[in-house]
Amino acid sequence: MTANNVRQIVLDIIADIAPDEDVTSIDDSKSLREQLDLDSMDFLDIVMELRKRHKVEVPQEDYPKLATLESCVSYLSPKFA
Amino acid sequence: MSYDAIVIGAGMSGLAAGIRLAMFDKKVVILEKHSIPGGLNSYYQRRNFDAGGIRQFDVGLHALTNFIKKGEKGKPFSKLLKQLRLSYDDFKLCPQTYSKISFPGMELKFSNDFELLLNEVYEKFPTEIDSFNALVLKVQNFNELDLSIGYQSSRQVLKDLIKDELLTEMLLCPLLIYGSAWEDDMDFAQFVIMFKSLYFEGFSRPEGGVRTIISLLMKKLEDAGGEIRFKAPVNSILTRDGKAIGVDVGGEELFAPVILSSIGYPETVRITPALETISAPRVGAMTFLESIFVFDKKIPTTQNDSTIVFYNNALKYAYRPATNYFDDKSAVVCFPDNYEAHNTSGEGTVRVTYMANYSQWRELDRSGYDAKKDEVKASALGLVKKLVPQFDGKLLFTDIFSPMTIERYTWHLNGTVYGSIDKTRDGSTKVPGLFIIGTDQGFLGIVGSILSGISLANLHGLMASDS
Repeated sequence: MTANNVRQIVLDIIADIAPDEDVTSIDDSKSLREQLDLDSMDFLDIVMELRKRHKVEVPQEDYPKLATLESCVSYLSPKFA
Repeated sequence: MSYDAIVIGAGMSGLAAGIRLAMFDKKVVILEKHSIPGGLNSYYQRRNFDAGGIRQFDVGLHALTNFIKKGEKGKPFSKLLKQLRLSYDDFKLCPQTYSKISFPGMELKFSNDFELLLNEVYEKFPTEIDSFNALVLKVQNFNELDLSIGYQSSRQVLKDLIKDELLTEMLLCPLLIYGSAWEDDMDFAQFVIMFKSLYFEGFSRPEGGVRTIISLLMKKLEDAGGEIRFKAPVNSILTRDGKAIGVDVGGEELFAPVILSSIGYPETVRITPALETISAPRVGAMTFLESIFVFDKKIPTTQNDSTIVFYNNALKYAYRPATNYFDDKSAVVCFPDNYEAHNTSGEGTVRVTYMANYSQWRELDRSGYDAKKDEVKASALGLVKKLVPQFDGKLLFTDIFSPMTIERYTWHLNGTVYGSIDKTRDGSTKVPGLFIIGTDQGFLGIVGSILSGISLANLHGLMASDS
C-alpha cells in the first residue's frame, strides 16, 4: 500500500469521526490536534477505527506517533505492508 | 454467558457506555431493572378520560443543560455528538427564552447568551462588577476535569471573592438545585461544571422531550449491535480473588471482566458482597417533589415568557431537606411551553419542584400520603398564581411525584436524584474491574451522565484491551 493510500485511510477515518471538520486543507507536517477540533477521545476513535476497519493495532504507548498526518503515514505504513 | 463488558442500568450513562463498547465490536449487555430505559430521566404516561385522554410526561427533565449552537466546538455537548456519532439536528433542540433567579426584591435573568447575566449583575450589583469578573475568570481557568483536585467548599471560594451575600445566594441557587448531592454547599469543581453548563452554555429542551434523546440512544445501540435486557434486576456482583468477574441477574450468572454500574455508588456497594467490609458511601439527603399541572390554555406569554424561574422568598437560600415534608419557601418552576418553537398543543404545562424530606414521606400511610399530596398541590398552584396572577386557565390534570415515587422507579436509596455525597470521580471502586458511572461519578445532568458513560467505557472497555 502506498503512503498516499495510508494517508487517505487516516483522512477517511477523521472525516467520519469529526464530520464537521474540513480535512482537505490539512497541513501534513503540523499537529492534527491544533488544526482540527480533536481531543484525546477522538484519537482513541482513530485507533479503534484502524483496528475495526483494517485490523491494524496501535498500542497505547504509540498514540503520540499519530500526532501529525505525516507521522501517521510513516508509523502506519509498515503495519499496512 | 460471557461478555467483554456488562453495564448495569439503562439510564443516560449506561446507554452511552453500551453504545461506545458495541460500536467497536465489544460484546456488551445492558441490564435494566425497569421495563423501560431512561433511569432518572425516563418518561411515563397518564390517562385522564375526562379531559384529553392520554398524556405523556418526562420524569425529571426541566432542561437539557450545556446548550450549544450548531457547529460550536470543544464543548461537552459537541464531544458527546462526536463520540456517539450523532448529529446536532437529531436532538431537535428548542432553546430557552431566558430564565430567572427570583429573590425578594431582586431578580437576575440569564439565557443562552452569557452577556445577559453579565449585564444583569453589572446593573443590579454595581459594587460587585470586579468581583464577579474575577469569579468568571476563575471559573474559565479552572480545570474541572482534573480528577486529582480534592473537595473545596464553593461557599468559601465565593466568600473570598464576593462581598454582597445576596449575589452569592442567587448565583448558588440554580447550581445547587440542579445538581448538588450536598446540602447548602457544593464541591467547587462541581460548581464550575454547573456554572459552565447553566450560565455559560444554557438550557434547551429536545422537541418531544426526553423520549427524543432516549430513542436516539436506543437506535444507536441497536445499530451497533449492543444487547439490552429489561426487567433484568442484578442481584449481586460476583467477584473472584477480589476482582469483578460477573453478575447474578435474576438467578442467571453472566460473566465479564469489566462491569460498569450506573445504579449509584451506595446502591452498587449494597449488591457487592466483596465490598461489605468497606465503609459504605453515604446516601445523600436531597430529594424532591414535583407537581405537574396541565391547563386548558397556554400560560400567557405577555405575563411570563421565562422558561424557568428559580424562586426563593428569603434572602438566604436554604438547600437542605424540608423540615416539614416539603419546603414551599423555595421552588423551581418550569414553563416548558416557553422553549422557543416548542408548544404545538393548545394546552399549557407548568412543573413545580420543591425540596422534600424522604423519611417523613416514607412514614405516611396511604391516606396520609394522599392528603399530603393535596397540600403540595394547593401550595404549588398558589405559587403558579403568584407568578402569573392574571392567568385564568382551567386546570385539566395534575400529577405529583414524591421521594417515594423516585425510589420506587429508580431504586435510588432514599429517593435521591443527585446521588451519594461520596463521589468516586474516576469511577473506581475497591474491586478491580468494577466501575461507577453516571451521577455518582460526579458529572451531572443528561450531558454529564452521557459523557461519564462514554469516558469510562473508553478507558476501561476500549483502551484497556489494547494492552
